[in-house]
Amino acid sequence: MPITVQIPTPLRRHTDGVGFLTCTASNLMDLFAVLDEKFPALKPHLRDDQGQIRRFLNVYVNEEDIRFLGGPAYAFQEGDEVLLVPSIAGG
Amino acid sequence: MSHYELRCRECGRTWGNQPRSICEDCFSPLEVAYDYDALRAQVSSGTLTRECISQRQPNMWRYSELLPLPHGFTPRLPVGFTPLFQAPHLAERLSGTAAAGNVYIKNDAVCLPTLSFKDRVVAVALSQARAFGFDTVSCSSTGNLANAVAAHAAREGLKAWIFIPSDLEPAKILGTNVFGAKVVRIAGNYDQVNRLCSQIADEHHWGFVNVNLRPYYSEGSKSVGFEIAEQLGWRLPDNVVCPMAGGSLITKIKKAFDELIKLGLVEGKEVKFFGAQATGCSPISTAVKTGSSEIEPQKPNTIARSLAIGNPADGHYAIKTIKGSGGWSEDVSDPEVIDSIRLLAETEGIFTETAGGVTVGTARKLFHQDRILPEETTVLCITGNGLKTTDVLAGLYPAERPIAPKLTEFETYLQRTLDVAEVPGVIAAAEEEVRLGA
Repeated sequence: MPITVQIPTPLRRHTDGVGFLTCTASNLMDLFAVLDEKFPALKPHLRDDQGQIRRFLNVYVNEEDIRFLGGPAYAFQEGDEVLLVPSIAGG
Repeated sequence: MSHYELRCRECGRTWGNQPRSICEDCFSPLEVAYDYDALRAQVSSGTLTRECISQRQPNMWRYSELLPLPHGFTPRLPVGFTPLFQAPHLAERLSGTAAAGNVYIKNDAVCLPTLSFKDRVVAVALSQARAFGFDTVSCSSTGNLANAVAAHAAREGLKAWIFIPSDLEPAKILGTNVFGAKVVRIAGNYDQVNRLCSQIADEHHWGFVNVNLRPYYSEGSKSVGFEIAEQLGWRLPDNVVCPMAGGSLITKIKKAFDELIKLGLVEGKEVKFFGAQATGCSPISTAVKTGSSEIEPQKPNTIARSLAIGNPADGHYAIKTIKGSGGWSEDVSDPEVIDSIRLLAETEGIFTETAGGVTVGTARKLFHQDRILPEETTVLCITGNGLKTTDVLAGLYPAERPIAPKLTEFETYLQRTLDVAEVPGVIAAAEEEVRLGA
């Protein structure tokens, strides 16, 4: 399923400066596998030693937190826009 | 050479001092770490003692050594050092015993210049914004932060762009507009505004107080803890009850107490931390109550809009602080929030906003659960002013038909009023007694 992915600035040094890419992935784990292959240096920054998504990394699909869409089980739809965003504080 | 620098809270990598909130190695948040040996030397040499501090001006800058301020910084606003006082009438109502004299209110409803504790964090963030050369500051906000950034920016001569959820209380929007800030209303909840700001911060060279200036900003919250300790006579309380939105404040009060202990300015003591949330947005209290160490995000639905953060960035650390201290977390419904705003106002003469209602309502639950005992010293953190959220009380006090300016008219009015006990405070007290089963 073709989707677009936006990489935040702090991680672009691991993607040779690439901020956007279009790729084909059916779900989040699939997307991570695509990113691993394309940008091997990025892998440890997205997942911890146990392979879990890093605690302070938020994944949004079309501006909705993926955890509200079923989490990693969510099946990407054609044209989905995926954002990787660090947690920030509020008030 | 600063006596502080940024350090990753997870992997420990240091990043010097720069506008940055995320560790590029592990994506975890950065926090300010201090050279405590240098600070201890100041204590030993007599330049950072209780006596020195107590002779300084009554504002948060009296703790400058323990805040990340740029070299040569001169404060332009007397922020903080808000009153801490005993609340015996409230204590009696919370605990159900007349003997409870140990409940204190830390009243940031009167923090200057914008009547919430957010003035503290913004004061520190903007000191660094200047030092880093930003001419524009910005934030995503549930209201109080918007007010504080706008006011401090005006005072500092900086431009301000403020991003808010569109459903914010009118008083908080007006209280931002008036300072000349550019207010951008977003059709979404705070978490969506926050996510957008993270993206904007990627594109624009602005000082976002709660994005790229966040590690400095959040240190300002420690001043609440320093003040509580000093105002209690340089000792720590048994319990602190603190409202939670992003979850930062409760962790920073703990950090403040730990630093005072580390420097020998107070005696060591295990303080229990209790977190307060609204049931309609309770990701942190839910995690504590279910024994989870991780946050499940929620879609906020509560009148306590200043606490309406469904995906709290510091939630994980707030849970650790609460559990590690032997404390607990509770949440209260919207009607309980309103009752608690009225209870605090009627018992102690303090008009707090919805977040304060959440804190008082939660404290009541904690007393009833015997998690807080009457003989213990307990501090309730009241973080904002009720004049900003009057909309939630709309309809509670309908305007009465005016009476003629005649004594006989008043006597008739008085008789009629007493007959039906239409004295507002009496009504609230009666409701309270029914609820408590008295």
